[in-house]
Amino acid sequence: MNGAGLLFASLLLGPATVAGIVLLRHHPNLREGLTLAAGTALLAINLRILSALNAGTPPSWQSADLLPGLGLELAVEPLGMLFALIASSLWLVTTVYAIGYLRGHGETHQSRFYSFFALSITCVMGIAFAGNLLTLFLFYELLSLATWPLVVHAGTDRARHGGRVYLGVLLGTSILFFLPAIILTWATAESLTFTPGGVFGPSTPPALLAALLVLFVFGVGKAAMMPFHRWLPAAMVAPTPVSALLHAVAVVKAGVFTLVKIGVYIFGLDQLSGVASRELLLYLAGFSLLAASIVAMRQDNLKARLAYSTVSQLAYISLGILLAVPSGITGSGLHIAMHAFGKITLFFCAGAIMVAAHKTQVSELRGLGRQMPFTMGAFLLASLSIAGLPPTGGTWSKWYLLLGTLDAGALLLAGALIVSTLLNLVYLTLIPVRAFWPGGAEPAPAGKLQEAPLACCIAIGVTTAACLALFLFPQPLYALVSRIPGAGG
Amino acid sequence: MLSQLALLPVLLPLIGAPACAVLRRPTAAWAFASTVAVLAFVAAAALLQATARQGVIHYAFGGWAAPWGIEYRIDLLNAFVLLLVSGIAAVVLVASRASVWHDIAENRRTLFYVACLLCLAGWLGIAATGDAFNLFVFLEISSLATYALVACGRDRQALVAAFNYLVMGTIGATFILIGIGFIYMLTGTLNMADLAQRLPGLGESRTVFAAYAFIVVGVCLKLALFPLHLWLPGAYTQAPAIVTAYVAATATKVALYVLIRFSFSVFHLESSRLALSLEAVFISLGVVAVFAGSLVAVFASNLKRALAWSSIAQIGYMAVGVGIGTVAGVQASLIHLFNHALMKGALFLALAAIAMRVGGNELQALRGIGRRMPLTSAAIVVAGISLIGVPGTAGFISKWYLVTAALAREQWLLALLIVAGSLLTAVYIWRFVETAWLDQNPAQPATPPQEAPPLLLAGTLLLALANIYFGLDTRLPVGTAAGAAAGLLGDSAAGLLGHPPAPLPGAGAP
Amino acid sequence: MDVLSYFNYWVVVVLMMLGFFIVIARANLVKKLIGLNIFQTSVFILYISTGKVAGGAAPILTEGVTLYSNPLPHVLILTAIVVGIATTSVGLALVIRIHAAYGSVNQNDILQQDQQC
Repeated sequence: MNGAGLLFASLLLGPATVAGIVLLRHHPNLREGLTLAAGTALLAINLRILSALNAGTPPSWQSADLLPGLGLELAVEPLGMLFALIASSLWLVTTVYAIGYLRGHGETHQSRFYSFFALSITCVMGIAFAGNLLTLFLFYELLSLATWPLVVHAGTDRARHGGRVYLGVLLGTSILFFLPAIILTWATAESLTFTPGGVFGPSTPPALLAALLVLFVFGVGKAAMMPFHRWLPAAMVAPTPVSALLHAVAVVKAGVFTLVKIGVYIFGLDQLSGVASRELLLYLAGFSLLAASIVAMRQDNLKARLAYSTVSQLAYISLGILLAVPSGITGSGLHIAMHAFGKITLFFCAGAIMVAAHKTQVSELRGLGRQMPFTMGAFLLASLSIAGLPPTGGTWSKWYLLLGTLDAGALLLAGALIVSTLLNLVYLTLIPVRAFWPGGAEPAPAGKLQEAPLACCIAIGVTTAACLALFLFPQPLYALVSRIPGAGG
Repeated sequence: MLSQLALLPVLLPLIGAPACAVLRRPTAAWAFASTVAVLAFVAAAALLQATARQGVIHYAFGGWAAPWGIEYRIDLLNAFVLLLVSGIAAVVLVASRASVWHDIAENRRTLFYVACLLCLAGWLGIAATGDAFNLFVFLEISSLATYALVACGRDRQALVAAFNYLVMGTIGATFILIGIGFIYMLTGTLNMADLAQRLPGLGESRTVFAAYAFIVVGVCLKLALFPLHLWLPGAYTQAPAIVTAYVAATATKVALYVLIRFSFSVFHLESSRLALSLEAVFISLGVVAVFAGSLVAVFASNLKRALAWSSIAQIGYMAVGVGIGTVAGVQASLIHLFNHALMKGALFLALAAIAMRVGGNELQALRGIGRRMPLTSAAIVVAGISLIGVPGTAGFISKWYLVTAALAREQWLLALLIVAGSLLTAVYIWRFVETAWLDQNPAQPATPPQEAPPLLLAGTLLLALANIYFGLDTRLPVGTAAGAAAGLLGDSAAGLLGHPPAPLPGAGAP
Repeated sequence: MDVLSYFNYWVVVVLMMLGFFIVIARANLVKKLIGLNIFQTSVFILYISTGKVAGGAAPILTEGVTLYSNPLPHVLILTAIVVGIATTSVGLALVIRIHAAYGSVNQNDILQQDQQC
């Protein structure tokens, strides 16, 4: 029970910001200043928590019992720290971007937008710092609810339909599979605390473990494992900053983060590798990864294509956990970070194109490179990072994931990873290539230079730079990831 | 001194009702009734404290010792129900003024509060008495008052709903009377504690079964357990807004208490040969109720009607807990009894406020209400997500215990059905959320915010926040329900069929 | 005859079913209430008849009498009769108001009117 103040600060900052936003709702400049300040403060708090973790005194907190013997717990461990840092730093960047986007796009209900944005980030912090499965589940569900107003922001029939699918799938899977799995875990192991090496005793019936793993993998709908991935494309009706931060980073990463947590701290790698249903799920992840890539190729809407690409990339991370080998865990942990920076850049670019050129379809982007060279350049680099090619950070995570499949002796899956990378190149990297070199068939539209608002460009620049920097300096990330129990040095 | 305390929660409204009738000004009647309810609540709280500390409290009427005289016997379960009912009644009555003034003609307001107090006296009497016949009388006192209250609805359909309720309620009460008659004939006693000791000695008598069957059918009519629920949707929908809040959060809870009391402490269902079939009956009817009630609620065009059907579904959950029949199952049922009262209290109070402002609870009329009445709508959302069972709210605790109890009996399918039911709940709650915030009302494009009157709003918010509070600090409902369930079934009670209860963390802890 | 020795129960059962049938089958609300009353009365008879002890005198303390009938069921049913009267009066009051509002005490008419509007 030390340093709990920092944890509370990271959780209470969001609600406090909401109160401020409501008070300042008639003063847009002050309101957005406040949001920026909150983003900076959250990052600072998280850095303080990081230094406490590095000093060997991670803050923790435990509530009174909610259910007999079971209360809310907060604790900091390397994986959660990584996730919290990514989410909070990207929140700050996204806020900068959102200011430019919302003003450039003339969106309504901006106060509501910023409020629920702040609440969502609070839920993400709760997930990252959850010390047991109950706490994690609490914030997991709250995150679904807090992001719904953002998904239906436009209020149109399409938005409403998307919102229904979004909430239906996320709440449905969590209530039908995740909650029973948690209760079953509690009834079996009498502990939900995240414990290195897992909570199940050696005498747990193997059939039960197999069933639990299936329930967990499908129950964590935010990880978008097929066939429960439909919510993610549906969520693309949201304004682009929402898609960028929440549906490329915060919400989906909360899903795979939960899976990693469960794999490492509830099952434990040793136990996980012996679970009967693991292999089946592994191949489902492999299928999910390829199928989503193929679907992505057929999408003409840029955001939908990015969404399916996310489904595919999330399957990489799920696969990394299910491999149950150290390099797989390392790869998953790194990919949570690398994919976050890459995908948010892509979404930023998509939004910038929408604001500046009012284009949403991939087929309309041919030759846009002249008009928006900066955006398209960033798009190119980020797509390389997603594919896992140098000189971008994605190289490292893909490397470890591939290594994991080889360590686990799953050659078929290694093949799937490589094929999927090629597909990535086709459906993502080809977009900026066509934008710069439209080919001779059609005359390039005579566009003059017209980039998105400055705030958007700054955000894009920051995240693209991060993609590049992580190629050269992955050590801090790696240091954190390698401290996950089971990930090994 | 302490034994007199047992009398107080019942005596206050019972004497208060005629006293209230002589008051001329309706405002005075409102203030008086509210004060009585609050005092009853304080007495009930003191009683719960006392029972938790020193066990059962007895009060013998007129000095006639039990089992000859009528006895009030307050154990943890009685005190729990007393506290819940008087608490909800206090909040609703204090908050009621504006809505009653809106719904009820001026010359009837005083009498309206008299009926409210009579109703309260009946409910508290049921929860306090240790005498089976006395219980019947109190049941009828509360029912008669409820019929009158329902008939006060603004629409003429309220009269028909009240009449139907009266016919079915009376049939139910008469069934209970028959059942009590049978066990009196068998044992010569009406004292429930005494009955509990004498009935097992009779063995597997057919008359005992018949008596239990009559009582169960009668109570289930009052409880509105599917398929005996037909009176409920009409009565809840047509009753004045405040009456729905008053009755929905309490009447069915008291009926559930009667069911549990008779099933486990009088008839020892857990060790009876009947157990097998009754377990199947309660669980299957409960599950059907959950799905039938929720499905109708999903398609209802009136929010009040949707929530009335939702009550039928939630009663199904409680019946499932009773059907599971272990300490954990009964505990889950009692926890849900408590939590559901908080949810429906908040929801129907909020609907009362909305009915005042927009003139009805049709979903059509609620378009854009989220902007017109932000706090009231927020209260509906909070109570609604508690109804769904989202963690951090009271409803989650109910679901957790219910699923744990089902899993401990290795009823996997049942556990799945329990959680699946909450998905349907999410659908009808979300229909409101979409209507309230995403739809624009074409009739009043930009109405300025117009919140509920302060007291009504305060009551609504209090109950809504209680949903969050009791989702995070569960000592009161969980602890008391655990003690009450253990007291009912005995600490070492076997399951219905004599299965030893699985070692369950979390069950049975005091 | 064995069957006849239980004749009080037969009376109860017949009355109860009659009353129940009227409640269910009659559309007229007043007749429903009459049926409800018969239904309740049958239960009163059930209680009272069981209070009779064979050869017992009326339960009034008298010199030289040792065997009394059981007075308790009478007392209970006195209460139940009061409850029944209260129920009937509330029911009739409702019928009067329904008649005023709908112009009919027939359930079918009332349903029809409700559906029309």
